[in-house]
Amino acid sequence: MKVLYFAWLRDRVGLSEEIVEPPVDVATVGELIAWLAQRSPGHGEAFADPTIVRCAINQDYAKAHERFNAGDEVAFFPPVTGG
Amino acid sequence: MIKVQREDFDIGVELAALSQGRDNVGAVASFMGLVRDVAGPGALSAMTLEHYPGMTERQLEQLEAEALARWPLDRVLIIHRHGRLLPGDRIVLCAATSSHREAAFEACAFLMDWLKTKAPFWKLEEIDGKSSWVAARQDDEDAAARWQNNNQSE
Repeated sequence: MKVLYFAWLRDRVGLSEEIVEPPVDVATVGELIAWLAQRSPGHGEAFADPTIVRCAINQDYAKAHERFNAGDEVAFFPPVTGG
Repeated sequence: MIKVQREDFDIGVELAALSQGRDNVGAVASFMGLVRDVAGPGALSAMTLEHYPGMTERQLEQLEAEALARWPLDRVLIIHRHGRLLPGDRIVLCAATSSHREAAFEACAFLMDWLKTKAPFWKLEEIDGKSSWVAARQDDEDAAARWQNNNQSE
Protein backbone atom coordinates (compact mmCIF):
# COMPACT_ATOMS: atom_id res chain seq x y z
CA MET A 1 0.00 0.00 0.00
CA LYS A 2 1.02 3.57 -0.62
CA VAL A 3 1.58 5.96 2.29
CA LEU A 4 1.96 9.71 1.72
CA TYR A 5 3.42 12.33 4.07
CA PHE A 6 2.92 16.10 3.95
CA ALA A 7 4.40 19.21 5.57
CA TRP A 8 6.44 18.56 8.77
CA LEU A 9 5.56 14.87 8.77
CA ARG A 10 7.37 14.57 5.43
CA ASP A 11 10.32 16.56 6.78
CA ARG A 12 10.67 14.26 9.79
CA VAL A 13 10.10 10.97 7.95
CA GLY A 14 12.40 12.15 5.15
CA LEU A 15 10.09 10.80 2.43
CA SER A 16 7.05 12.18 0.62
CA GLU A 17 5.73 8.70 -0.03
CA GLU A 18 6.61 5.05 0.40
CA ILE A 19 5.21 1.62 -0.37
CA VAL A 20 4.75 -0.48 2.78
CA GLU A 21 3.39 -3.93 3.56
CA PRO A 22 2.14 -3.96 7.14
CA PRO A 23 1.37 -7.33 8.76
CA VAL A 24 -2.23 -8.53 8.69
CA ASP A 25 -2.88 -7.63 12.32
CA VAL A 26 -2.30 -3.97 11.47
CA ALA A 27 -5.79 -3.03 10.29
CA THR A 28 -6.72 0.42 11.61
CA VAL A 29 -5.22 3.87 11.17
CA GLY A 30 -4.10 3.88 14.80
CA GLU A 31 -2.37 0.51 14.41
CA LEU A 32 -0.72 1.67 11.20
CA ILE A 33 0.66 4.76 12.96
CA ALA A 34 2.12 2.60 15.75
CA TRP A 35 3.66 0.24 13.18
CA LEU A 36 5.06 3.01 10.96
CA ALA A 37 6.58 4.77 14.00
CA GLN A 38 8.97 1.80 14.39
CA ARG A 39 10.37 2.01 10.87
CA SER A 40 13.06 4.63 11.53
CA PRO A 41 14.00 7.35 14.03
CA GLY A 42 12.46 9.87 11.61
CA HIS A 43 9.18 7.97 11.53
CA GLY A 44 9.28 7.80 15.32
CA GLU A 45 9.73 11.56 15.53
CA ALA A 46 6.94 12.22 13.01
CA PHE A 47 4.46 10.06 14.91
CA ALA A 48 5.68 10.94 18.43
CA ASP A 49 2.31 12.55 19.23
CA PRO A 50 -0.38 10.73 17.21
CA THR A 51 -3.07 13.11 18.52
CA ILE A 52 -1.76 15.92 16.30
CA VAL A 53 -1.48 13.74 13.19
CA ARG A 54 -4.34 13.80 10.71
CA CYS A 55 -5.06 10.91 8.33
CA ALA A 56 -6.88 10.45 5.04
CA ILE A 57 -7.78 7.14 3.40
CA ASN A 58 -8.25 7.51 -0.35
CA GLN A 59 -8.39 11.30 0.12
CA ASP A 60 -11.16 11.31 2.74
CA TYR A 61 -10.49 12.10 6.40
CA ALA A 62 -10.19 8.99 8.59
CA LYS A 63 -10.08 8.61 12.38
CA ALA A 64 -7.72 6.34 14.34
CA HIS A 65 -10.25 3.50 14.69
CA GLU A 66 -11.04 3.34 10.97
CA ARG A 67 -9.85 0.39 8.88
CA PHE A 68 -7.91 0.52 5.64
CA ASN A 69 -7.48 -2.01 2.83
CA ALA A 70 -4.29 -3.24 1.20
CA GLY A 71 -4.72 -1.17 -1.97
CA ASP A 72 -5.66 2.10 -0.24
CA GLU A 73 -3.78 5.38 -0.45
CA VAL A 74 -3.21 6.47 3.14
CA ALA A 75 -1.92 9.98 3.86
CA PHE A 76 -0.60 11.50 7.08
CA PHE A 77 -0.29 15.23 7.69
CA PRO A 78 -0.48 17.94 10.36
CA PRO A 79 -3.69 19.89 11.08
CA VAL A 80 -4.34 22.01 7.98
CA THR A 81 -3.46 25.71 7.78
CA GLY A 82 -4.78 26.94 4.43
CA GLY A 83 -6.99 29.92 3.63
CA MET B 1 -16.66 26.24 -9.15
CA ILE B 2 -13.32 25.15 -7.70
CA LYS B 3 -9.89 26.26 -8.86
CA VAL B 4 -6.65 25.11 -7.24
CA GLN B 5 -3.81 26.88 -9.00
CA ARG B 6 -0.31 28.26 -8.79
CA GLU B 7 -1.18 31.37 -10.81
CA ASP B 8 -2.59 34.62 -9.48
CA PHE B 9 -6.22 35.55 -10.14
CA ASP B 10 -8.07 38.77 -10.98
CA ILE B 11 -10.85 39.29 -8.44
CA GLY B 12 -12.76 41.70 -10.73
CA VAL B 13 -12.79 39.25 -13.61
CA GLU B 14 -13.72 36.32 -11.38
CA LEU B 15 -16.61 38.09 -9.63
CA ALA B 16 -17.96 39.55 -12.86
CA ALA B 17 -18.01 36.09 -14.45
CA LEU B 18 -19.86 34.66 -11.46
CA SER B 19 -22.97 36.79 -11.98
CA GLN B 20 -22.69 37.30 -15.75
CA GLY B 21 -26.10 36.68 -17.33
CA ARG B 22 -27.67 35.53 -14.05
CA ASP B 23 -30.59 37.91 -13.74
CA ASN B 24 -31.92 36.20 -10.61
CA VAL B 25 -28.75 37.12 -8.70
CA GLY B 26 -29.01 40.22 -6.55
CA ALA B 27 -26.05 39.65 -4.25
CA VAL B 28 -22.41 38.66 -4.62
CA ALA B 29 -20.48 38.25 -1.36
CA SER B 30 -16.77 37.52 -1.42
CA PHE B 31 -13.74 37.11 0.80
CA MET B 32 -10.13 37.39 -0.34
CA GLY B 33 -7.19 36.30 1.80
CA LEU B 34 -3.66 37.71 1.40
CA VAL B 35 -0.20 36.74 2.61
CA ARG B 36 0.31 38.80 5.77
CA ASP B 37 3.63 39.68 7.35
CA VAL B 38 2.94 38.19 10.78
CA ALA B 39 6.34 39.02 12.24
CA GLY B 40 6.56 42.75 11.68
CA PRO B 41 7.65 44.97 8.81
CA GLY B 42 9.93 43.12 6.42
CA ALA B 43 10.38 40.02 8.58
CA LEU B 44 8.36 37.59 6.46
CA SER B 45 10.15 37.05 3.17
CA ALA B 46 7.81 34.41 1.71
CA MET B 47 5.09 31.89 2.44
CA THR B 48 4.90 28.57 0.63
CA LEU B 49 1.58 26.78 0.44
CA GLU B 50 1.82 23.04 0.10
CA HIS B 51 -1.26 20.94 -0.63
CA TYR B 52 -2.41 17.40 -1.28
CA PRO B 53 -3.28 17.28 -5.00
CA GLY B 54 -6.49 15.37 -5.53
CA MET B 55 -7.70 15.52 -1.96
CA THR B 56 -7.71 19.32 -2.06
CA GLU B 57 -10.06 19.41 -5.04
CA ARG B 58 -12.19 16.68 -3.49
CA GLN B 59 -12.56 18.54 -0.18
CA LEU B 60 -13.31 21.86 -1.87
CA GLU B 61 -15.95 20.25 -4.10
CA GLN B 62 -17.61 18.77 -0.99
CA LEU B 63 -17.47 22.22 0.59
CA GLU B 64 -19.12 23.80 -2.45
CA ALA B 65 -21.87 21.14 -2.44
CA GLU B 66 -22.46 21.67 1.28
CA ALA B 67 -22.89 25.44 0.84
CA LEU B 68 -25.26 24.96 -2.10
CA ALA B 69 -27.32 22.52 0.00
CA ARG B 70 -27.50 24.80 3.06
CA TRP B 71 -28.32 28.16 1.47
CA PRO B 72 -30.43 29.29 -1.49
CA LEU B 73 -27.41 30.17 -3.62
CA ASP B 74 -26.96 30.52 -7.34
CA ARG B 75 -23.23 29.84 -7.50
CA VAL B 76 -20.17 29.27 -5.34
CA LEU B 77 -16.57 30.04 -6.28
CA ILE B 78 -13.44 28.94 -4.42
CA ILE B 79 -9.99 29.76 -5.79
CA HIS B 80 -6.98 28.70 -3.70
CA ARG B 81 -3.36 29.18 -4.75
CA HIS B 82 -0.37 27.01 -3.88
CA GLY B 83 3.39 27.41 -4.23
CA ARG B 84 5.70 30.16 -3.00
CA LEU B 85 3.95 33.50 -2.37
CA LEU B 86 5.20 36.90 -1.19
CA PRO B 87 3.72 39.31 1.39
CA GLY B 88 0.66 40.97 -0.08
CA ASP B 89 0.06 38.19 -2.62
CA ARG B 90 -3.46 36.85 -3.01
CA ILE B 91 -3.95 33.35 -1.53
CA VAL B 92 -7.65 32.59 -1.61
CA LEU B 93 -10.93 33.88 -2.98
CA CYS B 94 -14.34 32.63 -1.82
CA ALA B 95 -17.56 33.97 -3.27
CA ALA B 96 -21.25 33.10 -3.18
CA THR B 97 -24.08 34.56 -5.21
CA SER B 98 -27.75 34.61 -4.31
CA SER B 99 -31.00 36.51 -4.75
CA HIS B 100 -30.48 38.23 -1.39
CA ARG B 101 -27.50 39.24 0.66
CA GLU B 102 -28.07 37.19 3.83
CA ALA B 103 -27.50 33.83 2.14
CA ALA B 104 -24.50 35.14 0.21
CA PHE B 105 -22.86 36.64 3.33
CA GLU B 106 -23.44 33.58 5.48
CA ALA B 107 -22.35 31.10 2.83
CA CYS B 108 -19.15 33.05 2.23
CA ALA B 109 -18.27 32.99 5.94
CA PHE B 110 -19.09 29.28 6.09
CA LEU B 111 -16.87 28.53 3.08
CA MET B 112 -13.86 30.21 4.67
CA ASP B 113 -14.40 28.71 8.13
CA TRP B 114 -14.68 25.18 6.79
CA LEU B 115 -11.91 25.63 4.24
CA LYS B 116 -9.53 26.62 7.04
CA THR B 117 -10.08 23.38 8.93
CA LYS B 118 -10.75 20.88 6.11
CA ALA B 119 -8.86 21.77 2.94
CA PRO B 120 -5.44 20.04 2.99
CA PHE B 121 -3.12 23.05 2.68
CA TRP B 122 -0.10 23.79 4.87
CA LYS B 123 1.74 27.10 5.20
CA LEU B 124 5.52 27.28 5.47
CA GLU B 125 6.73 30.72 6.55
CA GLU B 126 10.19 32.11 5.83
CA ILE B 127 11.04 34.58 8.60
CA ASP B 128 14.54 36.05 8.97
CA GLY B 129 15.93 33.30 6.76
CA LYS B 130 14.36 30.46 8.73
CA SER B 131 11.51 28.28 7.49
CA SER B 132 8.85 26.99 9.85
CA TRP B 133 5.44 25.37 9.46
CA VAL B 134 2.49 27.42 10.66
CA ALA B 135 0.61 25.77 13.54
CA ALA B 136 -3.15 25.27 13.30
CA ARG B 137 -5.20 27.71 15.40
CA GLN B 138 -7.84 26.73 17.91
CA ASP B 139 -9.98 29.74 17.03
CA ASP B 140 -10.18 28.47 13.44
CA GLU B 141 -11.52 25.18 14.83
CA ASP B 142 -14.01 27.11 16.96
CA ALA B 143 -15.14 29.21 13.99
CA ALA B 144 -15.75 26.06 11.93
CA ALA B 145 -17.55 24.33 14.80
CA ARG B 146 -20.27 26.98 14.94
CA TRP B 147 -21.57 25.72 11.58
CA GLN B 148 -21.94 22.14 12.82
CA ASN B 149 -25.25 22.70 14.59
CA ASN B 150 -26.22 25.90 12.88
CA ASN B 151 -28.45 25.43 9.87
CA GLN B 152 -29.20 28.12 7.36
CA SER B 153 -31.30 31.11 8.22
CA GLU B 154 -33.73 31.83 5.43
